[in-house]
Formats: sequence, C-alpha cells, structure tokens
Amino acid sequence: MIRRRALFALGVAAALALAGPLLPAYPLTLVTQALIVAILAMSLDVLLGYTGLPSLGHAAYWGVGAYVVALLATERGVGLAGCAVAGIVLAALTAAVFGLIAIRAAGTYFLMITLALGMVVWGLAFRWVSLTKGDNGISGVPRPDLFGLGSLAGPLPFFYFTLVAAVLAWALLGLLVASPFGLTLRGIRESESRMRSLGYNVWLHKYLAFVLSGAVAGGGGVLWAYYNGFVSPTDVQLITSVEALLMVALGGPGTLAGSVLGAAVIVFLKNFVSIYTKRWLLILGAVYIGVILFAPRGVMGALRGRSRS
Amino acid sequence: MSRPDFWIIQTFNGLSYGALLFLLASGLSLIFGVMRIVNLAHGSYFMLGAYVGLTVALQTRSFVLALLGGAAAIALIGIGMERLFLRRLKGQTLGQVLMTVGFALIFQDLALLIWGGDPYSIPVPRALTGSFTVGGVVFSAYRLFLIALAAAIAIALWLLLDRTRVGALVRAAVDDAEMAQGVGINVPRASLGVFALGSALAALGGVAGGGFLGVYPGTDFEVLPYAFVVVIVGGLGSLPGAIVGSVLVGLLDNFGKALFPELSYFTLFAPMALILAIRPTGLFGRG
Repeated sequence: MIRRRALFALGVAAALALAGPLLPAYPLTLVTQALIVAILAMSLDVLLGYTGLPSLGHAAYWGVGAYVVALLATERGVGLAGCAVAGIVLAALTAAVFGLIAIRAAGTYFLMITLALGMVVWGLAFRWVSLTKGDNGISGVPRPDLFGLGSLAGPLPFFYFTLVAAVLAWALLGLLVASPFGLTLRGIRESESRMRSLGYNVWLHKYLAFVLSGAVAGGGGVLWAYYNGFVSPTDVQLITSVEALLMVALGGPGTLAGSVLGAAVIVFLKNFVSIYTKRWLLILGAVYIGVILFAPRGVMGALRGRSRS
Repeated sequence: MSRPDFWIIQTFNGLSYGALLFLLASGLSLIFGVMRIVNLAHGSYFMLGAYVGLTVALQTRSFVLALLGGAAAIALIGIGMERLFLRRLKGQTLGQVLMTVGFALIFQDLALLIWGGDPYSIPVPRALTGSFTVGGVVFSAYRLFLIALAAAIAIALWLLLDRTRVGALVRAAVDDAEMAQGVGINVPRASLGVFALGSALAALGGVAGGGFLGVYPGTDFEVLPYAFVVVIVGGLGSLPGAIVGSVLVGLLDNFGKALFPELSYFTLFAPMALILAIRPTGLFGRG
C-alpha cells in the first residue's frame, strides 16, 4: 500500500517535471505556488489528520520562515543555504516555544490557543515596524543561486527547485507517518488515554510532531518568500492559517496526497476566480461551507468510502 | 501631561476599551459555554452590527435606535446561522471553524458590496461627544458611556443567568448539556436563544464601538483575536471570567500600546500565555 502510494506520488512528480517546460508562464507559476502551499498543507496534516491536533495558527511558522529569508536575503545578502537553515531552524524554535504552551491544552482549547499564538507572530510582523517594515512588508527578496550551480531566477529553474523541495517534504512526512512514531501519533488521535495507559509518552509525541510540523511549514515559508519576492503580515494572518486548514479538510485529513490536492484546488480556484469576478471572497466563503456540508471527510475520504462500499 | 495624569488617563482608556471588549466577548463566551462552538464569525457580528447601526443612525438620527437595530438585525443572522447550519455540526470542531470562517468571508464581502470600502463614524448624541474634568484631568464622556453601558449589560446578564428560570436552564446546559437534555430541558432551544443573545451583544458592541473607533472593512478580523484572548484568559462559558478577562485585556492592550508600541501585541498575548501555562482552562474556567 505504502509502496503503491509512493510510486503514484513519484509518478505525479515526474509528470509535472516533464510538463514543466511545456507549460506557459502563468500556469507554471501557479503550479509552483500550489507546490509551495502544498508543503504548508502537508505539514499541517501531520498535526490535524494524523495526530488530531487542529492548529489554527500554522501560518506562524510559515511566516517565520518567510520573514527570516526576507530579512537575511535583502539587506544582509545571505545565500540560499544560510536562509533556508535559518528559516527552518527559527520556525522550529518558534514551534518549540509555542508547543510548550499549546500542547497542554486539548480540543477546542488547543484550537483557540494556537489561534492566539499565531496572532502573536502576526502582531510582531505588523507592529515591529523597525524590523519587519510593518504593513508595507519587505519587498525585493532576490531569487537565490543554487550553491553556485546556477541561478534560480527564471520561472523554470525555480519550479524544478520547488518540485524537488516538495517531493522531499512529502517523502520526509510520508516516512514519518508510516513509521512507528507515526503509528503512535494515529493511536493518540484515536484514543489518548489508551495510548497513555499503554505506556506511551503522549505529550512528547505530540510535542515532537508539533515542532517537526512547524519546521516543515517554515521550509515552505522559505520558498514562499523567494517565490513572491515579498513578505508581509498577510502571510501570517489568521486567514492564511484557516486556508491551510481548508486545504487539508478539502483533500481529506490524514492523507498527505489529499493535502496536496486540496492545496492545488484552492490555489487554482483563488487565482482563476479572482480573474473573472471581484466577488471571489463570496465564492471562497461558499466553498468553505460547501466542503463542510457536502464533503466532510474531504475528497480522499469520499474516494476511499466509495472504493470500500 | 504629568506622570500621575498619564496613568489615570491610560487606566480610564483601558477600562473603557475593556468595556467594549466585554460586549464583544461575553457573547462568544456564552455561545461557547452552551454549544462548544468556536465561532470565527463573531467578529463579523461586531462589524455587521456597526454597519447596520450606521445605516439606522443615518436614517433615523437616533443613536438608541441604531444600538437596538444593529443588535436585532444581527440576532436574526445569528439565529439563521445556528438553526440552518451550525446545528448540523454538533461536536465537529474543525467543521464548525471552517464553516464559521466561510460565513465570515461572505459577510466581509457583502459588507464591502453594501457599504463600500470607505471608513465611517457612527454619529453619537451631542451629550456623549464632549469631555469632563475631574481634579484637573480631562476624561472623554463617550468612554464613560461605554463603561456604563457594559456595566449595565453585565448586571442584566448576571440577573438573567443567576435569577431567572431561563438563566437556570442555560446554566444547566453549560454545566452538562447531555444531562440537561436528559432531565427534560430543551437544550436546542436554549442554544438558539444563547446564540441570538451572543450575536446581539457583539453587534451592540459594534455599534457602540463604531461611535469612537469608526466602522471600516477589516474590523471583523481585527477584533476577533481580542474576543478570543478575553475568553481564553477568563475561561470559556464564564460570565465573571468574561468581565475580568475584558478588563485585563483592555488594560494590557492600552498600556502595551502606550508604553511599548512596537511590541503591543506581544504585551497582550504573552501574559495570556503565562496565565495558560498556570491555568490551562483560564482564570474562571472549569476544564
């Protein structure tokens, strides 16, 4: 089962890699955007789908990664490796601090605390003007060089770089959820008290999942800063966190492929609908409500339900 | 301005902001207490209430009618949301979150469609626009009105919850909805009533706030985190918690903005994190 899924995912990645040069510029940037956002959605799914922790502040780690790149790459001229390591490490550290506070709580309290913690990061991005330039954001983030092998400035090289990063993130998270550690997480999702009485350190498992998920989200944020060339408080606001939740819910929680699918659908929808109408928020709102009413287990959940029945 | 004046004025301003937060957050806390719903559209009630109040105030030139009209209109919206949508999602936290966000986005866009993107201010009676001086310190009359309004609402809510039959039903539903249902209390009806009351309170806060903060697109998601912090600090479903939480958050926010402007959100959220580290269910929450 795992091998079949891995082959399928690699097949999709290979098809994308082959299609890349054939795609016109705009669709190519959209696919790139979808791949980056998919990293955020997959990292959230590890918490929401596999561990049963609905984080409502996941944009915080994504935003920390993005802001670190923006700060280091613009004024200080730090290269790709430095930015990526710093972005991921700081995102992981943020998650490590926030996790200490959030993991104590369960269910709805967890949701509200992660929401409030996410707002801390947003508040700093918005108000700490001397560092983050506040509402104006930090622009002019240059696309990096790939360790002296060539520039990632063009859309196609950057697309390939993103594709490799997304496949790596998927492989890392896929191995994680299939490992004994991942099975324990699923056990915790199903029954925390049972896992505790079986002798598992429930807190530690949740905490490690939380930090790891934050680190991967931070990696996505690093790519996001390079992709947009611009970072602003919008990237860390509540709606960004909620959108990530929507992607996971739409694809089907507990399925990494579903998160990728959900991310792709929302990215394409947002970009296409906003071309045709100014009222795209109305449509996006309707999508939220529709998903919950008509596909409560997401696309993957619906597909699996059908193949079983 | 001399130093003691600074502290007196800032404390007064913080208290009046806390009063506004109480109107906003008490409804969220009540709704959560009875239905365990994390309502991310609660900030939208605040904003829509302000917009409806604005229209009523401009049409009728009456601030009282604006307060009542805003509250009534948004209570109807709350009833519709609970009855037609949220009731189906009992116990599904994630579903409730996403659905209420969907509504928040729709409300945001509709408000933009109806009222446009320009900022407005709700006209208030002349008696409230002035200021008064006590011991050489100048206070705003409108801020005093906010404190009085919130105090009146807090007392009314306490009497309603503590001294009436309806209040007893609601308290029973907060304590244990299943058990309350079991002894013959109509919990769905109590839920609907609480939802209507909670959304009306938020709308009331919106109209009252529109008199001095103004009404503009984006208010909804601007006030939402404050409502959540109040409820988290005070404890979910607790009226004393909402009161203490509002005052605390109002003061923290005000002093944070006055003393450390660049870190103002940090000075608001960091104490919250500290309280949670000691009491995960908030000051007055019961787990």
